[in-house]
This record gives sequence, structure tokens and C-alpha cells, in this order.
Amino acid sequence: MVELEAQIAEWRGYVRRRGAVHEADAEELEDHLRNTVSELVESGLSHDEAFLVAVKRMGNLDDLSREFAREHSGRLWKQLVLSGGPEATASAIPIWRRDWFIMLVCAALAAVSIKVPELFGYSLAEDDLFYQRNITLFALAPLAIYFVWRRRPSPVAIGALVGLFALGVFGANAYPLKEGSQSIVLTVIHLLLALWLTVGLAYVGGDWLSDRKRMDFIRFTGEWFVYYVLIMLGGGVLTAFTGGVFNAINIDVEDFIGYWLLPCSALAAVVVAAWLVEAKQSVVENMAPVLTRVFTPLFTAVMLAFLVAVFWTTTGINVNRDVLIIFDLLLAVVLGLLLYSISARDPLRPPGVFDRLQLALALSALLIDVLVLAAIMGRIGEWGSTPNKMAALGENVILATNLAWTAWLLIEFIRGHTPFTRLEQWQTRYVGVYALWAWIVVLVFPPVFNFM
Amino acid sequence: MHVAKDLVAASATPMVLGILAGGESYGYAILKQVSELSGGQLEWTDGLLYPLLHRLERLGFVESSWQTPPSGRRRKYYRITKQGRAELAEQRRQWAAVVDALKGVWHTTGDVRPATAG
Repeated sequence: MVELEAQIAEWRGYVRRRGAVHEADAEELEDHLRNTVSELVESGLSHDEAFLVAVKRMGNLDDLSREFAREHSGRLWKQLVLSGGPEATASAIPIWRRDWFIMLVCAALAAVSIKVPELFGYSLAEDDLFYQRNITLFALAPLAIYFVWRRRPSPVAIGALVGLFALGVFGANAYPLKEGSQSIVLTVIHLLLALWLTVGLAYVGGDWLSDRKRMDFIRFTGEWFVYYVLIMLGGGVLTAFTGGVFNAINIDVEDFIGYWLLPCSALAAVVVAAWLVEAKQSVVENMAPVLTRVFTPLFTAVMLAFLVAVFWTTTGINVNRDVLIIFDLLLAVVLGLLLYSISARDPLRPPGVFDRLQLALALSALLIDVLVLAAIMGRIGEWGSTPNKMAALGENVILATNLAWTAWLLIEFIRGHTPFTRLEQWQTRYVGVYALWAWIVVLVFPPVFNFM
Repeated sequence: MHVAKDLVAASATPMVLGILAGGESYGYAILKQVSELSGGQLEWTDGLLYPLLHRLERLGFVESSWQTPPSGRRRKYYRITKQGRAELAEQRRQWAAVVDALKGVWHTTGDVRPATAG
């Protein structure tokens, strides 16, 4: 009997070592195992025999943990990336070392790519416009190559990637956009979004229809951003010291820093950060959800205060260019906060205080969005449309739709009428809308507005 | 006789939902019931029931709660939800259609036992 307890404990240890099976699941499985054992013992088997048969019936542990991993992909995300395929789960070699080489090549590619145009007479110092248009291509194409190399998607998916990047090259360069015009700013921003989502296509290995994989990409985006900002901060410190110490011996390194060190390392860091996210997942707790938890209450408080102030003073929002950008950014941040708490949440946990807080966040953002929308439409009615106003209008409509339905699903979830998964699906499926809108602004807006 | 893996997998969801529609239950008891109902012909790998139950819970078809009997270890019980009942009704409709169609096929083809030599 003592021996049986030891065997069960050992079996449970094996089960728990698989990242995908949590403590409570192991407990549930153990209960099952004990039931089977006691039934077999009753029918005349010895404890040892009964244990062996029960374990056999439970099934192969690899299969079992794979099923658990498939069902709870969010849990496993911290340990390894599912899209890496079965060999990633099985092999003992850390992803860290396997992908080191791929990362190095792609980072080098990114660093070199921004200097290549100089060979054709585009100087980093003078041709601002050329680099403004193409910077996202230089930054994100190597990243897409990195993911294609690692995930090996189907030829169809690779074709789609090549096509979308070609479309990006066209959108960036085909139109006669003037420096400092509204259109060039819109194109740069929206091309970044469109191509980042294209990278997402490479990230999910072409399996774009899977909600789970889209959610993985959303998680990846948040972690990547955190790593990138950290790397750039570190790089900034290093750069400051470099400039300082060489200055002390009267060597001027300003040009070297400005035209070589900074641009090349900023682009290489895009790939390095992506690699770090995957390699270091098990080392650090995911950062984006932690930041989300801290800032959700604070942002809610600020927005509620703002709404109170608007109604108290009955001042409408005065829409000019800077204000539009501020509000668009605010709503994008709110959406980010919502997304990252959703991505980190265990969908099985019952509704709690934080879900109510999120509802408050979504509702206050929605109210502000409606105020901004009213202001923009008023301006368009009065002064006619410009690319900036139309882009802002479109973004606000898209965000308002998302927020409204999110708020509704949150209410339904808190009242226990709908599972949390619905909210996850809504957010992951909505990503397609952003992609579509971003491409419209890049490709359709400039000719429609006469390259204003 | 041994039922093919694909068929077992396809029938797992309606089977579990159907059993839970009869009252709340836990993993081990559900499996026992499956085996009794099928006369031992449906063989499930025991462990794989649990990821399935978790999936049904995530989709909102069942809810779970841990209960501790006065003497003994705590155990996870599953209960069907309103949504789960709707899903069960839908699956029943689909299965009925499949079974009807198959019956028609059996009827037209007649006896299909393999011919015995001699």
C-alpha cells in the first residue's frame, strides 16, 4: 500500500513535469487513476498490477500532455512556442541555441539593409523622404524572413507574404508624396501596422485562421515591444558613453553614431527582440500582462476624470491635428490594455473584480470615442475632409465598434451568460479589420486625396 | 469488435454532453457510463477525456466545481449548461441525419457480410 502511494506520487511527478498540465489537472487525473486502481484491486488484481493497468489505460503521457497543451495553449506559451512543431516540444536542446544562427543572419540582414541604398546614391543624411517611406520595409522584411525560416510555412503562405511585402514596396514608393504632407505621415504609420500584421502571418506559420495562433501573435507583439524598448534604452546608454569617451580624446564620432551605429542597431534589434521573446519565455514572467494589470485602473481613473470634466464644464473637444492624434493614441492604448489582459487570462476563471474594472475601462473609452467622433464629424461637415480627418474618423469608427462589442461581451460574461472564449475570439478575429483598414489608408488614401 | 478511432473521437462530445444531461458527474464515472452504454465496445484512452471536458468548459457547454466528500479526496464535478443543452440538441439532430442516411444505405445494399470461401 505504501508502495502504491509512492508509485502514484512518482507518476504525478512525471505528469506535472509537462508544462501544459497544471496542479489542479494533475489532481483530477490522479483521482481518476486511484478510482481505476481500487476497482481493479476489488476485482482481484494486486496493487502493483492494478497500478500498471491503470497507468496504461490513462494513455501515453506525451499524447496526454500534447492534448492538454492544445487545449490550454496560453499556459504553454510561457514555456515554448507551439508553432515550433512537435520537435520543439520533444527536443532537449533549448530554442535559445537552435535559433541563434538564424537570428544572427536575419539581424545582420536588417543591419546591412538600411545601408544598401547608399550604394545607389540615397544618403542617410540627405534623403530623408526615401528613408521615411521605406524604414518599415527595412525593419520588418528581415523579421518576416526570420519567422519563415523558423516556421517553414506552406508555399502558399510564403507567396502571400511575398505578395504583401511587394504591395508594401508599392504603397511606400509609387505615389508622389511630398515631405511633411499629411499623406506621407499617414502612409508611414499605416504601413507599419499593415506590415507588422503581415509579419504576424509569418509568425503563425501561415495558419492565419487559427484563433489560438492569432492570440499567440498578440502576446508576442506585447512581449516584443517590451524587449525592444529595453534594448533601445540600453543602446541609448551605450551610445551616450561612446560619444562621451571618444569626445574626451578629441575624436568626433557623431557621424558614425548617427549614420551607422544608431540606424543599424535599431534595425537589428527588431530581430534580436523577436528572438529574445521566444528564447527567454520561460525565464521571465510575461511582461505585457503585468504592465496591463498595473495600468488598467490608472487609465480608467484618468478617463473617468476626463469625462467628468467634459460634462462639468460642458466643453466640447476642440479637434485639431494634435488633439486627434492624442485621442487616437489613447484609444489604441486602451485597446492594448484590454487585449493584453484578455491574452493573459485563464478563460476558465470565473468573472472577478478585474473584469468589472475592464468593463469600466471599455465603457469610458467608448464614451470618449463617441465624443471624439462627434467632434470629427462636425469638423468634416464644416471644413470638408482631409486625409488626417478621414483616417481619424475611420480609426475611431473601427475602435468604437470593437469597444462596444467588447463591453457587451464583458457584461454578458460577468452575468454568466457567455463564456470568456467569445471575447477572445472577437478580439482575435477583429485583427483582420485593422489589417484591411491599414492597407486602405496606404493604398487608396493618397490617390483619393490627391497626395495632399 | 473495435470501433475505429475517428468514430470514437467524433462521438465523444455528444456522448459526454448526453451523459451530463442526465445529471452532474465526474471523469471516472463518465467513462464508466460510456463503457456500460456501449457494452464495452467504445474504448477511450482514459486521460484524453479530461482535455475534452476542459474544452467543453471553455466553450461554455459545461461548468465545473470541486467538491470534497466528508471522507476522502476532493473531486472535480461537471454540470451541463443551458448552452451545452442547445449544443447537445444540435449534435443530436446531426447524428440523426447521419444515422438515417446510413440506414437508407444499408437498406439498399442489403447483406454486406464478406462472402465466406467454400
